[in-house]
Amino acid sequence: MRIFDTNVQQIKYEVLKALIRNAYENNIDNIYVDIPKMISPGPKATLRCCIYKERAILQERIKLALGGDKSNPNVIEVLDIACDECPIGGVFVTQACRGCIFHGCAEACPKGAISIIDKKAVIDKSKCIECGLCKKACPYNAIIEQHRPCVMSCKVKAITMDENKKAKIDNDKCISCGACVYQCPFGAIADKSFVMETIDILKNSNENKNYKVYAVIAPSIVSQFKYARIEQVVSGIHKLGFHQVVEAALGADITLYHEVNEFKEKGLLTTSCCPSFVMYIEKYFPEFRQYVSGSVSPMVETAKLIKSSDKTAKVVFIGPCTSKKMEYKTEKANEYIDSVISFEELQAFFDARDVDVTKLDDTALDNASFYGRIFAKSGGIARGVKDVSESMGIKGVNPVAMNGIDECKVNLLKLKIKKSEYNFFEGMACDGGCLNGALCLHHGPKNLADVDRYGNEAKEKTIDNSVKLYKLANGIKDE
Amino acid sequence: MIVKVCVGSSCHLKGSYAVIENFKKLIEKYNVSDKVELQASFCLGRCSTGVTVLADDRFIDGVNENNTEEIFVKEIMSSLK
Repeated sequence: MRIFDTNVQQIKYEVLKALIRNAYENNIDNIYVDIPKMISPGPKATLRCCIYKERAILQERIKLALGGDKSNPNVIEVLDIACDECPIGGVFVTQACRGCIFHGCAEACPKGAISIIDKKAVIDKSKCIECGLCKKACPYNAIIEQHRPCVMSCKVKAITMDENKKAKIDNDKCISCGACVYQCPFGAIADKSFVMETIDILKNSNENKNYKVYAVIAPSIVSQFKYARIEQVVSGIHKLGFHQVVEAALGADITLYHEVNEFKEKGLLTTSCCPSFVMYIEKYFPEFRQYVSGSVSPMVETAKLIKSSDKTAKVVFIGPCTSKKMEYKTEKANEYIDSVISFEELQAFFDARDVDVTKLDDTALDNASFYGRIFAKSGGIARGVKDVSESMGIKGVNPVAMNGIDECKVNLLKLKIKKSEYNFFEGMACDGGCLNGALCLHHGPKNLADVDRYGNEAKEKTIDNSVKLYKLANGIKDE
Repeated sequence: MIVKVCVGSSCHLKGSYAVIENFKKLIEKYNVSDKVELQASFCLGRCSTGVTVLADDRFIDGVNENNTEEIFVKEIMSSLK
């Protein structure tokens, strides 16, 4: 069974797996030579111009796997030599131009950028505004529009070209959503990894004797690792050396409770669980900053609960998300989260440690309610807020689920000009929600069915018991 | 005395929340709120014999919704000073 969607993910995984294996064998002195040679043995190149370039790129991937460029605060980096300098693109005329006498393209161009030279249409790039009207006008579909996949994927226009035609990320604009990481067909944009810190945390725990290591898993995990049952995946995480696995969805239940209360106070609220969405508001709609929920994210909320009952606990978050790696470095999260790894990295861990989860017995997984579990999909929080506010007797909540940055933009612009009918804004940067996160093994419509099923399987049908647990942990008396 | 009730997945499925609620009521009933502090814990490492309770450093296994009072009296009240 194919584990990953793309070969780019596969290569990243091979590097991580080799690195983790070497780290456990205390054999990291020659990784920059050994790992590239192992993955790209030659003598013929299979992916790039020569094996030397392949290996040089693999070395760059090792650097990222080791934590990347420390001077760059972004968790997403461009691997310069892996960038294939795709054509800058725009609108251009292909060989299919028949040199007709209709000249509809030239007629359609509002800027007079098209002239007919030697019976063929030619676009003057200095005049072209890439409106695409000529493309529509051509009866032979001979004019095409092409852009770099990274540029197209970036909804906040943070990617441009440098003087060498390499992709360049503007950190001031970037919201670390990871769309470009998944979309670059050359794997030239990738996320930093914290697998080495995670290994240190596990090793230094001395099999959970010095302190206990907890894995907090994002609810979207149920749509991943499709080759095994989720209960086997939990057993696998235990086998890697984690003391206990706790659902981040438990924290999501509590986040929901806080957000409904906050809504009651403020009357207008935007969610805080997607760090990229929060960054989006901070960078592009700073006037709404006051409405961003002050609640910590489900990841942090869960870790807080764990640490309230176990003061020396270490918590590693496992999720689908580049921006959780970013969030973990923030002040709000740093105190509670000790490392973050992705589903891709978890797969690499399993294979590096020879943990075949399909051979393992089940370990129960049940901490959270239906509502916390459906946080993984777009619309999950909106649904939860509606139901929970009703049960708490809070009226007037009118939530909207904004699916992906484009929808966030449209809705926030409406809010800006006071034309929005909504007062509770659920924002998720990834289309479909976390179940299509950039670092998921799989992306696609089946993931949604998995998350719905998982939600329905929760023992707790309401958030009540999760809230009671939160109150108990924080010494808050029941009303 | 610190009484920790396991709320790990396994114990949760066996009814930790009901046990916690019962303990809360019992602490009030026996008027020992100044002597017993109730806490939750993620996994006390005894998944097969849950719900597990840790009374200071002593494990009590097999607690459930129906035997909470019996266990409370026998195991907790008796060791309070």
